[in-house]
Amino acid sequence: MANKLINQMGLPKSIANVFTARNITTAKEALSLTEFELMEVLDVNLAEVSSAIARISEITCPPYQTVLSLMEQQVQKEHNGGHLSTRLKGLDDALCGGIPFGVLTELVGPAGIGKTQFCLKLALLASLPEAYGGLDGRVIYIDVESKFSSRRMIEIGSKSFPEIFHKKGMAQEMAGRILVMRPTSLSEFTESLQQLKISLLQNQVKLLIIDSMAALVAGEQGQGAPRQHLLGWHISFIKSLAEFSRIPIVVTNQVRSQTRDEACQYSFQVQNREKALHEHAEYDSHLVAALGIHWAHAVTIRLVLDSKSGKRFIKLAKSPISPPLAFAFSITSSGISLLSDGGIELTGPEINTIHCQGHSDVINFDGKRFQ
Amino acid sequence: MEVGRLPISASLRGKLITAGYTTFASLSSLSHSDLARDLKIPESEALEILKAASLDCGLDKPDKSNVIVNGAQTAWEMLHEEQSFPRITTSSSDLDNILGGGINCKEVTEIGGLPGIGKTQMGIQLAVNVQIPVDLGGLGGKAVYVDTEGSFMVERALQIAKASIVEMSNYTELLKKKNRVCQVDIQPTDILDNIFYFRICTYTEQIALINYLDKFILEHKDVKIVIVDSVTFHFRQDFEDLGLRTRLLGGMALKLMNLAKKYNLAVVIFNQATTKYVEGSFQLSLALGDSWSHCCTNRVILHWNGDERNAYLDKSPSLRSASAPFSVTSEGIRNSASNHKRIKLMLKLCL
Repeated sequence: MANKLINQMGLPKSIANVFTARNITTAKEALSLTEFELMEVLDVNLAEVSSAIARISEITCPPYQTVLSLMEQQVQKEHNGGHLSTRLKGLDDALCGGIPFGVLTELVGPAGIGKTQFCLKLALLASLPEAYGGLDGRVIYIDVESKFSSRRMIEIGSKSFPEIFHKKGMAQEMAGRILVMRPTSLSEFTESLQQLKISLLQNQVKLLIIDSMAALVAGEQGQGAPRQHLLGWHISFIKSLAEFSRIPIVVTNQVRSQTRDEACQYSFQVQNREKALHEHAEYDSHLVAALGIHWAHAVTIRLVLDSKSGKRFIKLAKSPISPPLAFAFSITSSGISLLSDGGIELTGPEINTIHCQGHSDVINFDGKRFQ
Repeated sequence: MEVGRLPISASLRGKLITAGYTTFASLSSLSHSDLARDLKIPESEALEILKAASLDCGLDKPDKSNVIVNGAQTAWEMLHEEQSFPRITTSSSDLDNILGGGINCKEVTEIGGLPGIGKTQMGIQLAVNVQIPVDLGGLGGKAVYVDTEGSFMVERALQIAKASIVEMSNYTELLKKKNRVCQVDIQPTDILDNIFYFRICTYTEQIALINYLDKFILEHKDVKIVIVDSVTFHFRQDFEDLGLRTRLLGGMALKLMNLAKKYNLAVVIFNQATTKYVEGSFQLSLALGDSWSHCCTNRVILHWNGDERNAYLDKSPSLRSASAPFSVTSEGIRNSASNHKRIKLMLKLCL
């Protein structure tokens, strides 16, 4: 829309020619200048500039929809009301049916918590036929850290859906629908994304998984703040990809340590600063999601996976459609399963904190217990 | 002929008419030296003609102040206007109190905060609340929701619409008890039908939309609120020319203010949080820089205060800075739970 050509907008010939003569060809260029600047550049009076800009704006502006017609398109016509069921009842209920289409869902947690396991199961679920609750489509799995294991995925499939996987050739067909890409650099990833946009609809891709986003920038130059800016274009692109093709996009993210200086208060809260710093030191969590605050704003749903007191939890840290619930889960041979369907409601910012347990229970392994 | 009414000599009047000045409008933008040159009369006489003309104009209109400066309004008139327009409630009475009753029409209010604090929730709640019928104290208007981040979820809008209808029927029941009858026959789908949704994917589209809104609202006169969620998203990435960004944002803010004044609607824009290095440490603040913070009339910052969500009125021309707790429930924005019981008791006492 931004690159629409001015000479195709039906402006009166005289003014259209003036725009072309001054080398302002796209809507973006025209709208980036104020009306006075345009008067100067084009050498026409204000009334003509105003009406030209009004016409250009009207055409560049995307069409509107009432929310009712949005609902009729999405909720009433799409599979499961526009959600991909995760087969975890508690989570599905909280998310109004499952991972929503058309938006970015993020999985963030410390290493080894189960993010990739969750992604493998989702990939499988999306490839299943509709009769079994799947999306009956292809899945694109962008595996940056080389964690994808086909063997594990087939194991999850056979244990969770034995009736399908024991049929002849089904395992091959399901696995055949999952395409794994392994970009080795950010630029390779960028290229693949652009190709994806064209091929998504043609090839009936129903789910895109990026595992993990943080690893893509890890290798690039720059530390701290500049690292996040590298992803600026990608964030917008992936979001528009999700909405344009109405598919769910799941992205995993890593964690990093929080520095003492980390901003956590506004200037008007400064009088409580001393107290807050003191409390801060008492938290057992010093981990935050990587990729920064801009990324945190950009994702629509954030699922935090962490472990506390020996149990693993999946928490709905950011979701416009769910209450702040935490579900205890465990990883079994059939993937992730919830220990109970009822979630614990966490109030306050605690839902956002990422706890991580050390390895002391492994290192201090007491062999005597097994005798 | 209007100039015929002027208390000036016949010969002067004759000269005026011969020169082609027959109405007061033709005299209004003239200076006395130009008129003197045109009519070939001394400047003092020209000044007299103009004074007479302006006096005459003044007598026709009920208040003379308009004549002094075109387009101005007296402060008294403005006060009356402000008082006659209901504000848009946020569904949390504590929050409404610090805002002076709710979101004000004719003004631009900026609301900002960290991710997950409830900005989109507030936006959807306001888009529903603007539709509260006039009989129940609302504006009975429609809403324009401009989504730049894709965070608007239809399922949530439906939840909030349903909860709002339940509240409205409860309120009508209360009014019936006091013998005030009013019928509320709204369905959730009606509420969804009155929200106009625009999805914006680039900053060019954002500018184009704000230009186009003038025409759109002319065609949909019952729109009473424009919500932009969020204004920051497209301006926060790959903008090499920060000067251009400041100019574009300034232009946008001005157009939104004009929109608010011209059509008497409320404009609510959402902003994101960022970190700023101030006085030797990092602090949170709203994005888009210092020049942007001047652009909006009112500014509310949503933040966490311990376990509660709070709203802090950071900037307002008439209200003082204050903080109020609120919560986000399955029904939308409501008072925070600790205040719930107190409110219920007060309601019972009022009736």
